[in-house]
Amino acid sequence: MREITYREALREALREEMLRDKSVFLLGEDIGRYWGGAFGVTKGLAEEFGDERVRDTPISESAIIGVGVGAAIIGMRPVAEIMFGDLSALAMDQIANQAAKLRYMFGGQASVPLVVRTPFGAGVNIAAHHSQSLEAWFVHTPGLYVAVPSTPHDAKGLLKTAIRGSNPVFFVEHKLLYPVKGAIPEEEYTIPFGVADVKREGEDVTIFATLYMVHKTLAAAEQLSKQGVSAEVIDPRTLVPLDKKSLVNSVKKTGRIVIVTEDCKTGGVSAEIAAVVAEEALDYLDAPIRRVAEPDTPVPFSPPLEQFVIPNEKSIIKAVKEIVY
Amino acid sequence: MNLERDRLLEMYRRMLQIRYFEEKVFELYGQNLVPGTIHLYAGQEAVAVGVCANLRNDDYITSTHRGHGHCIAKGAELGRVMAEILGKKNGYCRGKGGSMHIADFSRGMLGATAVVGAGIPIAAGAGLSIKLRGTDQVVACFFGEGASNQGTFHEGINIAAVWNLPVVFVCENNLYAMGTRQTMVMKTANVADRAAAYDIPGVIVDGNDVLAVYEKAHEAVVRARLGEGPTLIECKTYRHKGHSRFDPATYRPKDEVEEWLQKDPITRFKKKLYETEVLTVDEDERIRQEAITAVEDAVKFAMKSPYPEPEEALEDVYA
Repeated sequence: MREITYREALREALREEMLRDKSVFLLGEDIGRYWGGAFGVTKGLAEEFGDERVRDTPISESAIIGVGVGAAIIGMRPVAEIMFGDLSALAMDQIANQAAKLRYMFGGQASVPLVVRTPFGAGVNIAAHHSQSLEAWFVHTPGLYVAVPSTPHDAKGLLKTAIRGSNPVFFVEHKLLYPVKGAIPEEEYTIPFGVADVKREGEDVTIFATLYMVHKTLAAAEQLSKQGVSAEVIDPRTLVPLDKKSLVNSVKKTGRIVIVTEDCKTGGVSAEIAAVVAEEALDYLDAPIRRVAEPDTPVPFSPPLEQFVIPNEKSIIKAVKEIVY
Repeated sequence: MNLERDRLLEMYRRMLQIRYFEEKVFELYGQNLVPGTIHLYAGQEAVAVGVCANLRNDDYITSTHRGHGHCIAKGAELGRVMAEILGKKNGYCRGKGGSMHIADFSRGMLGATAVVGAGIPIAAGAGLSIKLRGTDQVVACFFGEGASNQGTFHEGINIAAVWNLPVVFVCENNLYAMGTRQTMVMKTANVADRAAAYDIPGVIVDGNDVLAVYEKAHEAVVRARLGEGPTLIECKTYRHKGHSRFDPATYRPKDEVEEWLQKDPITRFKKKLYETEVLTVDEDERIRQEAITAVEDAVKFAMKSPYPEPEEALEDVYA
């Protein structure tokens, strides 16, 4: 196995799919030869595939997605990049009312094989317009799939699946993950949607985590193990479809669950996961469900303020200890 | 422009079909047979027919909440359009879309969006697909003057212009966005003037003169097919009825309504066809009867069609 970064893994997926299928093309702001994307994911692809297939766009988020929808319904497989996830708000009609609903409204006549890639997440002091985690908006939109890869391995395999599929996929990346390295196979692979990955096995408590929180949770689990608590870390990899079975099975085994997500708590992803556990595994719970999430505030700028709102190892360990006794 | 007789009569037949179809929808609505709401196309027939007469079956259109006329002009089956409006299983969208969301992908009718202006970037995307696939198809994108105040108008046309996409943007300026008169919300008198901002041709045409619309659309379609980029055509027209349902449209001055009814596109076209001896009284009667029969057959088909099973609500969310 070789080690590459999350950024490189995404780029490999894009490159391989563009080589494989000429209907795949990329569009977004500054994704071309000058920047290669604000986070460098598409670097080198314009040079290799040309400006027609790696298209720099105007600052027009609504048109980036709208153009993607229009191209997708008649034979193309666009991968659109929204530079920061927060800016998906500008394209919300095209994502939520058009991409997600055309197939349904037209009685199955249309397929919308559009991938929207965008980074969420706080931690780099760029305040409330560039730091949010808004996954819940998209999870709440039937017709979309929502992928949330936490490792280079998952990022590559899930992106390839997203591009090959027939449905619109909101593909969430996390800006702190781009430089993170991980092992990845030499050979071709894809990862199916709706299959969770147990990132660490354990007996005493299930910790459900997504994106960058998976890494904080794994660090917390390591510390907990030294204190005699065996935590199982479950990463859903896609929020829609959600692998309820793996989640419920883990809870049945451990009898306890802590849900760790970076989005704010009220109406967030953690609320949905808690509801699933309450509906399908309440009888197996030996303790109340605990959620670790951001408070219901915008993401603040100043480092001490920002660090205060982002869940961390300490807050994860504290939540675990409240229910493991 | 000298069009063949058959082509002229075909356009006349389509315009009549749309008119009779809309009159029938209005009648059925009054009988409480149409769920939800309706936005009738009557009065604007020359636009859809004049534009679509230039299109091939494999060309595309995008449509709006006021879209029945676009469907019929692009060749959709009247029965399946009517069945969709009634919420029936045999409708184009199996009852999932209704009046505001009819699509017929087999005829390049890429569907109607009811979010004002949302179809504009989607049409640009269809144009990009054509360009990347290297075919000579074109897209006609219908929208109203109200949509030209949306950000999507600017974003979509700008991107189509800078990428030279084969799209004909057709603005149907019927003077009112619901009840809001154009002059209340736009400083500029003409939507077409906005084309200058994108360095593309902006053309104003009498939208109640089907031959004038045909001619301007022809130039734009040829231009798009040759890879010379998009055109914005503004068709000045007027809807006969209110915005939707039973909107009595009291915001429109009586003399204005009267003036536009005098400019009815079907009456004018008929007059021209008589004058040029393309159409005789007998033939006119025959064509009208055929159109009436086609609409009656469509209603029969739609009424006979079953409603979808309730559980079908769960289908078609994902492919």
